[in-house]
Amino acid sequence: MAGSGTAQLRGDDLLLRVEHLVVEFGKGQHRVRAVSDVSFDVAAGETLGLVGESGCGKSTTGRSVALVHPPDSGSVRFAGTELTALKPRELRQARTKVQMVFQDPISSLNPRRRVIDSVMEPMAIWGIGSADLRRAKARETLESVGINPGDAGSRRPIEFSGGQCQRISIARALMLEPTLLICDEPVSALDVSVQAQILNLLDDLKRQRGLTMVFIAHDLAVVKNVSDRVAVMYLGKLCEVAPPDTLYRHPAHPYSAALLASIPEPDPSAASSATAPLTGELPSPTDPPSGCRFRTRCPYAQEICTTDEPEMRALGPDHFVSCHFPLPRPADSTDPPAPGAALAAPVEAAPFSPA
Amino acid sequence: MSPRHRGVPHLVFPDASELAEPLLDVQDLRTFFHTGRGLVKANDGVSFTLDRGKTLGVVGESGSGKTVLTRSIMGLLPNTHLERSGSVRFAGHELTSLSPQQLRDVWGTQMAVIFQDPMTALNPVVRVDRQITESLRIRLGLDRRAAHDTAIALLSSVGIPAPERRMRNYPHELSGGMRQRVMIAIALACGPKLVLADEPTTGLDVTLQAQILDLLATLQRERSMGMILVTHDLGVVANRADDIAVMYAGRIVEQAPTKDLFSHTRMPYTEALLRSIPRLADPSHTRLRAIPGRPPDLAALPPGCPFAPRCPYAQDRCRAEDPPPRTAGAGHLFSCWFPVGSPEGEDALARNLAAAVPAALAFTGAVPSAATASSATSAATATSAATAITTADPVVPAPAGPASPDLTPPIPPGTPPTWKVGPPDETTGAEN
Repeated sequence: MAGSGTAQLRGDDLLLRVEHLVVEFGKGQHRVRAVSDVSFDVAAGETLGLVGESGCGKSTTGRSVALVHPPDSGSVRFAGTELTALKPRELRQARTKVQMVFQDPISSLNPRRRVIDSVMEPMAIWGIGSADLRRAKARETLESVGINPGDAGSRRPIEFSGGQCQRISIARALMLEPTLLICDEPVSALDVSVQAQILNLLDDLKRQRGLTMVFIAHDLAVVKNVSDRVAVMYLGKLCEVAPPDTLYRHPAHPYSAALLASIPEPDPSAASSATAPLTGELPSPTDPPSGCRFRTRCPYAQEICTTDEPEMRALGPDHFVSCHFPLPRPADSTDPPAPGAALAAPVEAAPFSPA
Repeated sequence: MSPRHRGVPHLVFPDASELAEPLLDVQDLRTFFHTGRGLVKANDGVSFTLDRGKTLGVVGESGSGKTVLTRSIMGLLPNTHLERSGSVRFAGHELTSLSPQQLRDVWGTQMAVIFQDPMTALNPVVRVDRQITESLRIRLGLDRRAAHDTAIALLSSVGIPAPERRMRNYPHELSGGMRQRVMIAIALACGPKLVLADEPTTGLDVTLQAQILDLLATLQRERSMGMILVTHDLGVVANRADDIAVMYAGRIVEQAPTKDLFSHTRMPYTEALLRSIPRLADPSHTRLRAIPGRPPDLAALPPGCPFAPRCPYAQDRCRAEDPPPRTAGAGHLFSCWFPVGSPEGEDALARNLAAAVPAALAFTGAVPSAATASSATSAATATSAATAITTADPVVPAPAGPASPDLTPPIPPGTPPTWKVGPPDETTGAEN
């Protein structure tokens, strides 16, 4: 794989446009290029799923988009503003519209503060409204994520379960009414039954509030469920970008196909793959393979893959892949219909106050 | 064997192939902990048997007691604040009555465990070679050279490249997948007849998970070991276990041969668990059937069936009387008053839907009307008894499609209604 290039970018007027993002850590010999020339865009009201193995740079990408970790080079355009060019004060202001939800719900809340105080904090920092107004808004937001504000007021995070803490973190992220929500593995620490609750909640909130989301996860089934567009990452680069139903039916990049084949299906009659489709492990990002980065594990690798890095190119409408030898798709197949009204204007806002 | 405990006769284990009884026979195992919050019933009457060469999948949410079950079988439990009863028979020996010294004859050579988190289960300041050779030298009495050679052979059998070099590494120098392979090598070092794998792939990426599970299956076949595969992921056991036991609140609520469990699910909890998993086969933005609420506190179990507060089928009887285990076909056990696919169960679900019970509505994916939504919210604020509702899926109008197709009975009409007997029908999908 590899995947520089910007063929997958759509227009200039989309809500978020990330171009040639590069993030590096460390110095000298130990310099790691965690994100290496990644470009993507997200339309308003859309959910982009970012998926890959651990260590592929997906979390770093998410953090760089919010400029939690400023990128070393590249551009992050959000709602017409170039975030990387902003002064610190302007950046803080702009960032109220970009909020994050983290993986570990319990450690992302301050254990010594009451839940309601943590939820009110974003408004308190910006000095919005009186304390009473902030409290009222926090109660409404908690209610909207399914937490009873009556008992949340006086309790601390330890008194809540993991799923409830994740709801509280989501409420906190929504307090400043952001337009873009970056969810970094929001459900991977949760049980399957609770995971479904949180995924449904995120879907509801997205529709009610017209949120745009970047959803980072390693679980392909989860990503498929929430996303309107999926980007597969490998070793700091993008492999493939496509709508989920296309990607999951006709993966074009060998890495996407291998990831899909690795997922255990909860169905004993499903044909079980006799052998693991991918052997070996992720190469070290300090010394990535030349050419296509996936070639060391790729069953289709040829000579050209060691020398030339493949560029992102279009395979079909809204289906982009960076591979010299993309997997062919069956001739008789047609694309499934677009995943519905996700791209359309936000559904009418649900009442924000309790009935 | 070990010269450490002279005076205590060593246990003699028959060759597993000559065993007349099952390799492992657990009967009515209860493991209670006395804690500051009261008596925590981590295992409350667990029974099952496992033959050699077979795999039992144990599935449940966190807090369902599945890890305690593996510890209780092994005897790896604290000495104090513990109450344990029931029987664990392994290869003709009753393990619960063994002294700690005698248990050392069991651990490693007869029965071994693969822990979930290899970073904390491996000793961070000891090199890989000593962590593997330790048990070879103590349990099998090998000399240093033989133990070293065996360890290298073990490492290459679990798929570690350049094992001689890896022997000199510390755990932190290995990747997560490598560490889990080392854990497996340690567990298999002394040739156990039974392996307890406690979430062996939970922290790993999907690609590595597939590799590790394939490795375990291969090694198990080669050595014809029994295996208990503990996981929270039904997908992991669907293709790899012969039987599956679903645990909830410290009990096995349903147990069946794998195909039967998926095609003839009886227990509403199993059905709900299956439905809450996002499937690759579903189109994106398919609304998930979340299970409302969360598992009960093991120190304060509700009366009756522990799943009743979250169950779409629950009736008054479920909240009062504990359902006894019942059978549905060969090897299929479950505990429910209103089983899935039975006339009673369908009636119960229909009644709950008519009464707009939140759990039933969430289960069918039906869109609650505005009236139900607001009444549920106000009820939640009014009483603390309604915590199940507040933690439930938030009652907001979902833009999903029409609700009516989902209201059909969960088992297709073609399924034979007589579920006392009959072979598993393989044509019936696992979808319901």
